[in-house]
Amino acid sequence: MAEGMAGKGFGMPGEVPGWVNYALLPLLNLFVALVLSGLVILVIGENPLDVLSLMVTEAVGYPEAIGYTLYYATSYIFTGLAVAIAFHCGLFNIGGEGQAYLGGLGAGLVGLAMTGWPWPVVALAAVAVSALFGAAWAWIPGWLQAKRGSHIVITTIMFNFIAASVMTYLLVDVLIKPGQQSPETREFDPSTWLPSMDHALGWVGISIPASPLNISFLWALVCCALFQLFLWRTRWGYEIRTVGQNERAAVYAGISPSKNIILAMLISGALAGFVGVNEILGVQHRILLNFTGGVGFVGIAVALMGRNHPVGIILAALLFGMLAQGGGQVSFEYPTVNREMVMVIQGLVILFAGALENLFKPQMEALFRRPKGDAAARGEGRA
Amino acid sequence: MEDALMVALLLLDATIRLATPLVLAAFAALYGERAGVVDIGLEGKMLAGAFFSAAVAYSTGNPWLGLLVAIGASVVLSLIHGFACITHHGNQVVSGMAINILVAGLAPTLAYAWFQQGGQTPLLPGSARLPQIHLPGVEALAPIPVLGPVYRELIDDTNVLIWLTVLVVIATHWVLRRTRFGLRLRAVGENPAAVDTAGISVTRLRYQAVIITGVLTGMAGAYLSTAHGAGFVRDMTAGKGYLALAALIFGKWRPWPTLFACLLFAFTDAVQVRLQGVPLPVVGVIPVQFIQMLPYVLTVLLLAGFVGKAIAPKASGIPYVKER
Repeated sequence: MAEGMAGKGFGMPGEVPGWVNYALLPLLNLFVALVLSGLVILVIGENPLDVLSLMVTEAVGYPEAIGYTLYYATSYIFTGLAVAIAFHCGLFNIGGEGQAYLGGLGAGLVGLAMTGWPWPVVALAAVAVSALFGAAWAWIPGWLQAKRGSHIVITTIMFNFIAASVMTYLLVDVLIKPGQQSPETREFDPSTWLPSMDHALGWVGISIPASPLNISFLWALVCCALFQLFLWRTRWGYEIRTVGQNERAAVYAGISPSKNIILAMLISGALAGFVGVNEILGVQHRILLNFTGGVGFVGIAVALMGRNHPVGIILAALLFGMLAQGGGQVSFEYPTVNREMVMVIQGLVILFAGALENLFKPQMEALFRRPKGDAAARGEGRA
Repeated sequence: MEDALMVALLLLDATIRLATPLVLAAFAALYGERAGVVDIGLEGKMLAGAFFSAAVAYSTGNPWLGLLVAIGASVVLSLIHGFACITHHGNQVVSGMAINILVAGLAPTLAYAWFQQGGQTPLLPGSARLPQIHLPGVEALAPIPVLGPVYRELIDDTNVLIWLTVLVVIATHWVLRRTRFGLRLRAVGENPAAVDTAGISVTRLRYQAVIITGVLTGMAGAYLSTAHGAGFVRDMTAGKGYLALAALIFGKWRPWPTLFACLLFAFTDAVQVRLQGVPLPVVGVIPVQFIQMLPYVLTVLLLAGFVGKAIAPKASGIPYVKER
């Protein structure tokens, strides 16, 4: 699979100007996906335009909604980066879900253990431990792919299932707050909570409405910058990309594919693990079942739409944040539209922005081909 | 002795029932991958099959119509996969993933809109489920030791789709090894350029393969909701599509070893159900979550070590771009 992935990667430079490849084509694909989503809404008996416009209003129409949208986007940036770094190494990490789940366990254990510590210390510890837990969960499939050739797509999926079982066991039998029915831990001490954005901005005199948006959003942006530097400005990033582009060339250049596969998976798992900091330490303040709710899978869509580049990933994460927030709100207004409708839209976006990314390429290339040949021809004509 | 035999027979019976959807899905993927089309989207297609068969069977009371519609829905999804991967050279894993997420959302959405029962279909009455096949002579054979119980527990009272699955396995072996179509299918998964040079359309062969994939996954889905179960519940495939892919890899893309791998996974699953809450020697009662993860752990272990060198069809997963 790794070799198959590498050949024609996503976002390879084409024959067309950058803005066509990076803006027009994704938007065109997105548009088709939305039209088809509208059809599904029509089938279940609602007016697509009403539903979609309500979705947009509920996602970005007022400050509180924007806070929610950015909170969702935070987790999607983490998983999007996680999928992207694996992609750059020619790997398909479908295990973001399980890695995020374990990362949440790490962040949560820090929250439980560090009662009374000031929040900056807790936050740093949680970042480190959630990265460690996420990376550990990604390390096994990575190691198996690198050393034993086990299909990483299958093993990461299996690790999602295993993570779900392990977490259920831990929450039901071990970490559960005694004398409580629902399988979740006790609430962390408020001193350890990650400050919410309205709180943090309050220190500098800016007031925004309360929302789950917390300062892990800033950490997500920092991760984007670090991602950029690491991948395109360091030797390690260069080696990872080389392995992703062409494993055999990498071997000839003295770069070890297996070392880089494991490294890419470790970073990928750590990035996915940060979801736990946002969700557990920033919002839920306790460990609970299934808090990930599909972030790992959305990360795949985010990475694809964002062309595996941090800037694109931020934009795509915002889009999917809007979908999550708007879609969730719509389900309150329209009884027949439930939360699963969001997954339909996500699936269609992945289909058109990812698998069918070439759908309109021939036409667009014909329209916008760089006029190199033309210029030469004209030059000759004049001579 | 008699008791041990009964336990073994019940376990085997459960194994066969649990293996059927895995076998259908794994053989579906077998056709696709031997032709060079990887399909992570088995899960979604099975789920679509399960939903549409249950929905139609409930609405019309006819499980056979349900089966047909399930196959139709699954083939449509296969064709979408083919359109993305064969016609537009899209990434096959991404396309499959998209189909999985799409159906995981679409099936409960439609179920909710049509039946208002929280994302599932109503419970199917017995007449709307695919029938069990009753064989003659159960009474006559009953007194015979071993053979009598084996015939009664394992072979009699088996669902019609299980028998169809047996046919699919035998037919697949024959088609792949003994027919012109099978030879070409295997060739197009190994060296599509050679097939193209011989004047045979790669595109056409691959589309034929994904249509077969669609038919078989549709059957697998219908089995889940109208034969094994009695209605559609959300996420009822529970990773079976991925387990089937793992079984295919473990079976090295060959029919009989793949069948064996599916039976092994199903056996683990059957044992898993029986082990829940039962105290074991030395370790005592194992928490149910650890028993439930057995099939998944087994998959990882098998892929990690005991497969030997698994060599996939050479062109599997790679779009064929004709030189111009």
